[in-house]
Parts: sequence; structure tokens; C-alpha cells
Amino acid sequence: MHTRRKVVGVVAQALEDGGSDVALAISETSRQRRRRKSGRQAGSKSHAIRLWLLILPFVILAVLFCYLPLFGWVYAFFDYQPPIPLSESEFVGLQWFKMMVQNPAQLQTIGQVLMNTFAMSGLNILTSFFPLIFAIALNEIRAKWFKNLVQTLTTLPNFISWVLVYAVAFAMFSSTGMVNELLQNMNVISEPIKFLDSDSLTWLKMLLWGIWKGLGWGSILYLAGISGIDQELYEAAQVDGANRFQQIIHVTVPQLMPTYFVLLMLSVSNFLNNGMDQYFVFQNAFNMQHIQVLDLYVYNVGMGNNSLSLATAISMLKSLVSVGLLVVVNWMSKRTRGESIV
Amino acid sequence: MKSRASRSTAPVMRRSRGEEVYNVFNILFFIAFAFVCVYPFYYLIVNSISDNAASAAGDVNWWPAGIHWENYKQVFALDGLTTAAFISLARTVIGTALTVIASAFLGYMFTQKKMWHRAFWYRFIVVTMYFNAGLIPMFITMKNLGLTNNFWVYVLPAIVQPFNIILVKTFVESIPDSLQEAAQMDGAGTLTVFRKIVLPMCTPILATVAIFSAVGQWNSFQDTLIYMTDSKLYSLQYLLYTYINQANALAASVKASSGTAMNMAALATQQTPTSIRMTVSVIVVLPILFVYPFFQRFFVKGMMLGAVKG
Repeated sequence: MHTRRKVVGVVAQALEDGGSDVALAISETSRQRRRRKSGRQAGSKSHAIRLWLLILPFVILAVLFCYLPLFGWVYAFFDYQPPIPLSESEFVGLQWFKMMVQNPAQLQTIGQVLMNTFAMSGLNILTSFFPLIFAIALNEIRAKWFKNLVQTLTTLPNFISWVLVYAVAFAMFSSTGMVNELLQNMNVISEPIKFLDSDSLTWLKMLLWGIWKGLGWGSILYLAGISGIDQELYEAAQVDGANRFQQIIHVTVPQLMPTYFVLLMLSVSNFLNNGMDQYFVFQNAFNMQHIQVLDLYVYNVGMGNNSLSLATAISMLKSLVSVGLLVVVNWMSKRTRGESIV
Repeated sequence: MKSRASRSTAPVMRRSRGEEVYNVFNILFFIAFAFVCVYPFYYLIVNSISDNAASAAGDVNWWPAGIHWENYKQVFALDGLTTAAFISLARTVIGTALTVIASAFLGYMFTQKKMWHRAFWYRFIVVTMYFNAGLIPMFITMKNLGLTNNFWVYVLPAIVQPFNIILVKTFVESIPDSLQEAAQMDGAGTLTVFRKIVLPMCTPILATVAIFSAVGQWNSFQDTLIYMTDSKLYSLQYLLYTYINQANALAASVKASSGTAMNMAALATQQTPTSIRMTVSVIVVLPILFVYPFFQRFFVKGMMLGAVKG
């Protein structure tokens, strides 16, 4: 109890009095330290181990939930049917991997799934400059309260789950939803438009939901970047006769490019990882063909059809390709900018 | 320190006509987008407290009509909802507390140069950020560990978060060494230094970690979907999902048999599937709506820190 108070006292004083007194406090006790050090020399190894033992429980957690599941990849080489344990399952070697490319029906499905994945990720990358423009445009507005308000309101959707996004979509766009009711009451349409239960423009709809959820949030980083730009750059541009638009093109955009580049590289390395939440909640019998991305497909095959081995084989390939992409992107970043992104 | 006023507060220059037009469109765009972001939540709230018949007829778009709280009373009387709310609350509180403590502790411990092979163990933890065994191997592992249909599957895998650990470690490294040394001189052990010095100083960064993990826990949906079959362990998010889909099926079956099937009648007497869905949606989103405005600065700060690191 007593030592504790003393420790706090020393620290509090160090905080109050600033650096020089800290140095004094240290020099006062340096003799003490030397004494302790020599005494500890022999026990320093055991001290090191003791420190390690303190983090051991967390290391075990990481092993259990990050490393151990990797051994689950062996299921990709067996014909695993859930109630039967792995030890009694048949070893099938690369059968599941061969099946992906040899079975025409399977090949066609996987082709469609890959196309969906590429389309969604590709559209996301193509629109990745939206937050940048959003931030620049918002920054052009003078009223500070307006900027803050817009920022608060537009980042809100980022903090709700995809299930809630779907609940919102259902309330707004289902056949009894707000938009259909409104259009019908105004006699614009006689039959409700099937926004959700159809396969028209599925990719675009998914992109738009993604933008609705993420645009405001994505712009925050750039807004901070803009406020960090040296004002002298703008003053110099003004002296050179640049108007507002030219200042944006020649000062703001180049200053934000490094940030944009890093985010772009990260999204390239996540090309295969669309996540499944969004597509899972929006999927139905109608839009199945165009909404099934890799992550969702793995779920549907594994948990829906109970083909755990095939699903493991697919997700194993996906993981390997993803890590490969990350390595390549990181290498490219090092080459071009001399900086790694991870 | 040089003032870094943002551009818009810079001295006003005379604006050309083109710029004025641009400004107007700019403001209109942001008003429209902000409206689109917020109106759906307003719509849900207003409809959940309005007269159900008026709501079903699509008459409630701006102002509530015939305000009543029957929907909420009925929804809370539903079997699963109170349990699910409790589960969601419990995982948010317990999960957040544990990951905050773990992040703080590990972030601090990895600054202890004397630890046995510190660099190796740090990398051992951090590298887990970059790979993922995949959904099915994860499911099989959890099953083998006896964590399916077990509340702790919500909490345990989320405790060690490399990203948070990096954040805290960077922060601790920015605290002058002399503080820790001074305390150690006075005989404080590693754990005492952690509790008495590091922990109090890390509060700002830990608040950020806490907010992010709390939102993550509250919003999490996939783990219920994959690991839980016992409806007593459903989270609110998952329950909402099942309600939406039941309403979907109901609408289809009502259409098919032209109104003869009322198999959802058990849910409520006057409540329509729509009213129930909207009410549950509001219950799920309300905590976020309440918490968000107060903690926005933490969210923003977390994003910045992440960007510096990432």
C-alpha cells in the first residue's frame, strides 16, 4: 500500500514538474538501480520468462482462434461428412480441387461466382475516388456547422449492421415499402416495383448500398488530410492566379494522393474478400445468380449444402490467393513509393 | 504553432458567378445526401409509434399519426426478444471489457524489452491480422472446442485484436520511459506500473478501442448465424433478420392463398408483420443512434490512428 502511493507520488510530481525533475528523480535513485541490476543479473532469464508467462494466456487464445483453424484445411483433402469423425473419413487427395475445374456444372457456377466477385470488387475500386471528391466538395462549403452536421449525419450508416441496412431496404423498397406506397398513392405506378425480389441490376444495387453505408465515413480520412495541408501552398497558388478549381486540381488533389494510393492498394489486396454479410442479407431466390460472391458461396456450399470439404477447399484457395495478393501489392508499393502498406 | 485553418475559413475572395452556382449545387447535394442517410431511420421510428392501419396504408411518411406504444409492448412480450436483447447486451459489455483489458495489457507488455523473445511473440500475434483460415475450418474448430451453441464464442475469439494491440503499443511507446523507470526505482513491479501508470495514461486510446469493439459486438450477426442453433443464444441482430424473413415468407404465403393463411397470428393480434419488423429494427438501431453523436470524435480519432498505422 505504502509503496504504491509513493510510486504515484513520484509520477505525479514528474508529470507536474516536467523533464528536469524526472532526471533528478532518476539520478537520485540510480545507485539503487545499479544495486538491483547486479543482483538481478543471474535472475534476468527467469524474469524474462516470468514476463512471457504473463502474456501466455493471450498467446494461447491466438493459437486457438487463429492458428488452430489453419489445421482445418486438412478437411479439404478428405471426404468429410459431419457426423462421421475425420479419422474415419476417406482420404481423397486433390479430388475437390479437381472437381472445381473438371465438373462442367461446378465450373460454370464457380465461373459465375468469380465474375460476381470481380464485378463487386471492381465496381468498388472504380468508385474508390468518390470519398475523395465528397471530402473536397464538403470542404468548399464555408459554414462550419453545416460541414459538421453533414459529416455526422452521413457517417451514421457506417455504424449500423448489414442486417439493419436490409431492414431499412425492406422498409423503403419492398413491395409494401415506402417508395412503392408513395408512387402508388401518387398514381405513378399501378403495380409495385420489385426492387428487392428481382435480379435486375443486382451489382449496381449492391454498389449503391455500399456507397450509402460507406461514403460519409470514407471521406473523413480525406477531410482530415485536407485540414493538414499547408496553407502556404494555397497562398502561393493564389499569387500565381489560380482560381478555386485550379487550386483543388493543383494543390488539394496531389496532397491527398498518397492517402488515396494506400487505400487503393489495400482494396486491391482485398479483391477476393467481399465479406458475406451484405450479400447474405440481400440474397433471395431471384437475385441468387448475380449476388453470390466467393465468401457467400463458401457459406452456401458449406453450411447450406453441408459440403464442408468442398467449401474448405474453395476457401483455402481464396485465402492463399489473398495472401499472395497482399504480398504482391506490398512489394509494388515498396517499389513505387519506397514504403510498405502493411 | 502555425495555424492550420481549413480552406473554407480563409479570407473571402470575390466569387465569380460560376462559383456561386457551383456552391448552390454543392450545398443542395449535401443536404440531399444527408437526408437520404437519415430519413430511413426517422421513417422507421415514426412508423413504429403510429397507428398500424395508417402505417400499412403508407400514410405515415413525415408525421406520426395516432401515436401509441402498443407495438413496443407487444414486441417485448414476444418470446425471443428479451432474451436476445440480454444476449446482445451481455456480449457487448463482456466482450468490450475483455478486449479493452487485453489490448491495454498486451500493448504494454510488448514494450517490455526484457521479455523472453519479445519480438518473436509480438510478430506471432500481429501476423494473425493478415491471414484467415476461412469460415468452414473456423466452424469445425469451434465445434471441436465445444464452443458452438455456447455464449463464449461471442467473446473469446474477439479478445486478442492485433490492430488494437498495435495502437496501444504505439501509444505506450510515446510515453517517456523515465516515468516507468522512476516507478520501477521505487520498487513497482511490471504489473503495478501497468495498473498505476500505463492504464490511466492510456484512457483516451482505450476509449477509442472500447467504442469500436462495442459497436462491433452489438452489430455482429455472422457468428450467431454460423455457431448458434439454440434460439436462447440468438443475438438481436439475428432475431431481426429472422423476423424480416418470416415477414417475407408470410407476405408470399398470404398472396398465394389469397389471405386465408394467417399463420403468423401467434405473433400478435393487431400487429402487422410490418409493424413488428419496424419496431424491432428501431430497438436494434436505437442504442447506436443514442451513442453515436456523443462518441463521434472517438470514432474519428480511431480512424485517424488506424490510418497512421495502416
